[in-house]
Formats: sequence, structure tokens, C-alpha cells
Amino acid sequence: MTVAISVHNLGKRYQIGAAETKFRYNMLRDVLADTVYAPVRLAKALVGKSDRRSNQNFVWALKDVSFDLDEGKVLGIVGRNGAGKSTLLKILSRVTEPTTGTVSVRGRVGSLLEVGTGFHPELTGRENIYMNGAILGMKRSQIDRNFDAIVDFSEVGQFIDTPVKRYSSGMYLRLAFAVAAHLEPDILVVDEVLAVGDAEFQRKCIGKMNDVAQQGRTVLFVSHNMSAILRLTQEAIVLKKGQLIKRAPTAEAVDFYLSSGQAESGQRVWEADEVPAASAPFKPVAIRIRERSGKVVDTVRSTEPVMVEFEYQLDAPVTGLRVGMYLNTMRGEYVFTTFDTDDAKQFEQFGARPAGRYISRCEIPADLFNEGRYYLGVNASSFGVKRYFMDENALSFNVDISGAPGTQWPELRQGPIRPRLNWKIEKIG
Amino acid sequence: MTELAKHQPATIYIKPTKGLAALNLRDLWTYRELVFFMVWRDVKVKYKQTLLGMAWAVIQPVMTMLVFTFLFDRVAKLPTEGIPYPVFSFTALLPWGLFVVALNQGSRSLVAHNNMVTKIYFPRLILPLSSVFAGLVDFAIAFVILIGLMFYFQVTPAWNLLWTLPLFLLLALITALGVALWLSAVNVKYRDVNQALPFLTQFWLFATPVAYSASVVSEKWQILYSLNPMAGVVNGFRWALLGTGSAPDITLWVSATISILIFVSGLFYFRSMEKTFADTI
Repeated sequence: MTVAISVHNLGKRYQIGAAETKFRYNMLRDVLADTVYAPVRLAKALVGKSDRRSNQNFVWALKDVSFDLDEGKVLGIVGRNGAGKSTLLKILSRVTEPTTGTVSVRGRVGSLLEVGTGFHPELTGRENIYMNGAILGMKRSQIDRNFDAIVDFSEVGQFIDTPVKRYSSGMYLRLAFAVAAHLEPDILVVDEVLAVGDAEFQRKCIGKMNDVAQQGRTVLFVSHNMSAILRLTQEAIVLKKGQLIKRAPTAEAVDFYLSSGQAESGQRVWEADEVPAASAPFKPVAIRIRERSGKVVDTVRSTEPVMVEFEYQLDAPVTGLRVGMYLNTMRGEYVFTTFDTDDAKQFEQFGARPAGRYISRCEIPADLFNEGRYYLGVNASSFGVKRYFMDENALSFNVDISGAPGTQWPELRQGPIRPRLNWKIEKIG
Repeated sequence: MTELAKHQPATIYIKPTKGLAALNLRDLWTYRELVFFMVWRDVKVKYKQTLLGMAWAVIQPVMTMLVFTFLFDRVAKLPTEGIPYPVFSFTALLPWGLFVVALNQGSRSLVAHNNMVTKIYFPRLILPLSSVFAGLVDFAIAFVILIGLMFYFQVTPAWNLLWTLPLFLLLALITALGVALWLSAVNVKYRDVNQALPFLTQFWLFATPVAYSASVVSEKWQILYSLNPMAGVVNGFRWALLGTGSAPDITLWVSATISILIFVSGLFYFRSMEKTFADTI
């Protein structure tokens, strides 16, 4: 077996905070002082010495990561946001350079992140295929050879000589994807986390990934979706704060990831400066998602009930208050909206609330969610009077569907919910 | 599938580059088709959805020439060494126009294509390089107008010197590319470049003998004056096309040396900053 990717002591350091210190003036005096200092700063910047103050703000996005991957293997990469997954992929595809360590990669790395890069709205579909192909490193002869296949795959046939700015967004994406899909990379990198939006598109990515894997090529797959990782990979690595903490067969690695409590925090806390003054006297404190055991989690099981709790502070008494949430899918469709005083009796009791600290909790029953990522938005308002606070995207969480209805068939089920329904089968003849 | 079996992929080693980065020109060569496509796209897109289309490539230099003619010929009556002023200034506007487009597009090229820079690998040099080359198309159109002007004003070209023109064109390209390499790399981190560009362009125009003849600069300042590489380029163009001024002397060598210094240092600066482009852009 040949080694396709060999990563050795890989590290990547980023500088942070420079931008924040730069714009911290609030007085004209500071601005003037800054202006006077500007030429000095320019000179320092050009010789590569920045202020010592900002020099200390480093963060290691990756640290001492080593692993080998054999040709033809499919490797899953899991870890919470900021664990270094995307940085690792960026280094492998040579977009950014490591700070320490070495990587040897056998063959061309292609990623489906590149979809549509370099597309120009004024150029026709045909012209963009050539342009985009060249950007992705295809030779012109290779594009010529694949041209008909790309057009077929994209299903934009008759519009191929129309500028792509006249395309619908679906056509645009299909064409872009078609080019990337015909790249024939030796190693394919799929970062589902960044391929936001369209579920159809994500399905195509995964389909393409399967094809590539079946042709015996190497695949790296990053996802927050544990069931997709389980379905598509044999082996996975777990990254935590830039370090590789586990490499194991997928089932074991996923189990380790979910149970070691370093999955997404499952909590959003509002800092004082994140709350607009206009929301007074209402002050959001935190929103959390708890699984049945009471643990705050990022990934919940579809087969278990989920507790959502919203903690907030009232600095003055409020009448007619309702505190609630929206639930959205990753595509931005509403699944439902609910308020803590939807029940008339509850509203009688809690419609007028004195100042103080509160928690509004609600339980979302088991067997409701389909797999994927969901977004929780929060809202606090008095109907017809005032909307105190709203955050459409307060927290997101994953749903793991192991054990949900129909999971014996390894397929994607359409629709945002996956209820367990009571089917009766009757023989009537 | 059969093709895949035959295909023996090359191994790529990724490691941090230290010190002065190797230029890696081989990589640039592998991606040469991309340069072609980028230039082709720039040219193709430039005048899309404009009423006058390619006519803009004619209108812009001609209008500048007319304004110059009015101001510097009719009003200020600057000496032109016996050449009709429109031809005299247009000859200089050719390389100058190429330089300005290359300087402005080239310096903004990395930031303008930041989605490419942050998403895929390719030799980053391609971006400023193709911006500079894209200016050649407008240059070619303007050149045709110059021929028309010379015909109209019955100016005979300096046939015996014409062969040197490509050398001066090359010098203009090297200067533009050198400055664009510096500024595009700095622009990734400090967008001050965007603010400084219009001012820099204007200042540079005054420091270059486009509207006036280099002969108005007194003898003792000539060497200092030729520190501006574009002065050497513009003088060279006039000399090669119209036969004005003196044969290339020490001042041209000063200009050429400065130009090559900017280019080579720009190349190394660009390459050494290249590793941070995707992180800081």
C-alpha cells in the first residue's frame, strides 16, 4: 500500500488581535496621535517588525499533528469549530503554509470548496468552464476532453452560451459543481462544514465523494454530521484545539468524540456588549441545549427528548411578555416557532413578570428531528407593544439519527422532521 | 479508470519556507495556461455592458492627448523638438497608459481575487502578472491610433531606431510589474495602498516626461531625474519612434538599473509574503 498523505509534526500559528487593538480609539486625540505615528508604523510594517504588543497574540490552530494515510482510504475528520479541521485541509491543498512540520502529498489535491471560484458573471457558461478549469489546474486538453461530460452533468445544455449572470442560482451552482466534479484529483477533500446552504448540493458532494472513493482514490471528509461520517468513512481522526487526540475506526472515534464532551459547547452566552441598549429592560444571559442526562451538548440524538433553556434578566417589571424561539434548518426554512406563554393559563400567570432572573425551559419531544444541523433563534416581546430582543441565529446544534425510524436504510430522508409515526399494515384481501 | 491506473502522481512536499523563498518558476510554467485565461478574461470582461465597448480603449488616450495639447501646447507652448505636439505627447501616452493600467490593476489584483487566494492553490504571481499583460491589448489599440496620427501629421518614424522599441516596451513592463509586485503584496495586509494609488499615479505622471519634453529638465538634474524608470521608458519611446532626444546614454542605464532593482526586489518580497496571503487577505 502506498502512502498518499504523510503529515509530520504539522503546526500552524495565527496572529490574532492585531485588528482589535488597531481600532480602539474613541477620542479625536487618539486618532490624531495615531495619524502622527502612521509613518513610523508603515516603516516598521515594511521591514516586518510589528508592535511588540500584538506580537504576543498568537494562537496555534494546529499543533504537532502527525498521521499517514494510505492511498484509496477515506478518512473522516471530526472536531468542534476551531479545532483546526479547516486549517488542516487548507494546508493540504496548499492554500496556506504551515508554520512548522512537513507534509508530503502524493498527487493532486482537489477540493469541492473550490466550486465556482473564478466564475465571472459576464462570461458565458462555456467560457466559465474553461476559465474555472484553468484556475483549478486543468490543462486545456483535459477540459476539451471533459467538456461534453461537464455540460451533461450540469444540465444547463441549451444555456451554455448565455452569460452566467442570467442563470438561476441552481443552474449556476450545478455548472460550477460540474467543473469541480470532473477535476479527477488524486486526493479529494470535502469540507461539508463550509459547503453551506443547499441540501441538494451537499447530497451531490457526498455522491461525488462516494464515486471517488469507489475508484480507489483517497478522500478526506470533514463533517459535523456524525451519521454521515459513520456512513462514509472507515476511519476517523479527532482534532481538539489543534491537536490530534484520537485516530480509530470511525465508530470508535465518533463515540469518543461524542462522549468526551468536547463536541460543540451547545451553549451561547451573551456578553454585556452584545446586547443592544434598545432591548432594556430585557437582557439575555444564555441559551443552552441539554440532553436527557442534563449535560449541555452540541449533538443531540433524534431518538431522545431535548431540553432547551433560555436564561435572561429583567431589570424592570414587564407586562405581556413572551419569551420564545424559532427553529430553522440549515437551509433557513422555519421548522416551528414557540413561546413560553403560548398556553393561556401560563400567560395569565407569567404575562406580567417582576424584575429578576429567569429561565424559560422547554422540552422538544423525541423522534422529531431529521439528521443535520439546526439553528435556534430567540425572541422576547410583548405582543403588539414591543419586541425587546431578537437573535435569529443564537445557537446551532446537530442531530444524530442513529436508531431513528428508517435508519436501517442508509439513505438521506427528505424533510426537516423525522417523526416516528404509527403505521398499521392490514391485509385486506 | 484506465487512465488513472497509468497515471503516476508526483509527490508534493509542503513545508514552511524559510528566509528568501525560492522563486519556483517551474510552478509558474506549469500554470502558464492560467495566465493566458486570466488575460483573456480581463480583456473579454473589461468593456462588457458598456455602450461604447472597445471604443473606450481609443477614447481614453485620445481625450488625454487633446487635453494635453490644449494645456501644454496652446496655452503653455512647451517645446517639442520639432514634432507636432499631439504626436509628441501620444507617443509618451502609449507606454504611460500601459504603465498606469498595469500599476492600478496589478496592485489591486490579489485583493480583487481574494476568493481565489483563500480557496485554491496556484502560483500567486499569476495575478499581478496577468493584470500587467492585460494592459497590452489597450496598448496595441493605441499603437494603431499613433500610426494614424503620425500619418496625419506626416511625421516620419525613425526607421533605423524602431527595432529598439520592443526593448523599451519590455522595460515598461518590468517597471510596472515590479511596482505592482510590491504594492499588491503590501495591499494584502495594508489597504492603504488603495488610498495611495490615485495620488501615486498622479505624482508619477508629473515626474515623467509625458506632457513635456525631458529636455526642459536642466543638465545637472538629469541623473536624479532618471531615477524614475518611467522617464527612461518614455524618452526611449520618443527616441525609437520619433528620433527625438539623444541616443540612450547613462540616464537610460540608471533608469533600467532602477527598474530591474524594483522588479527583482519586488519578486522576492512578493514570494516571501506569499505564504501569509491566504491568512491576512
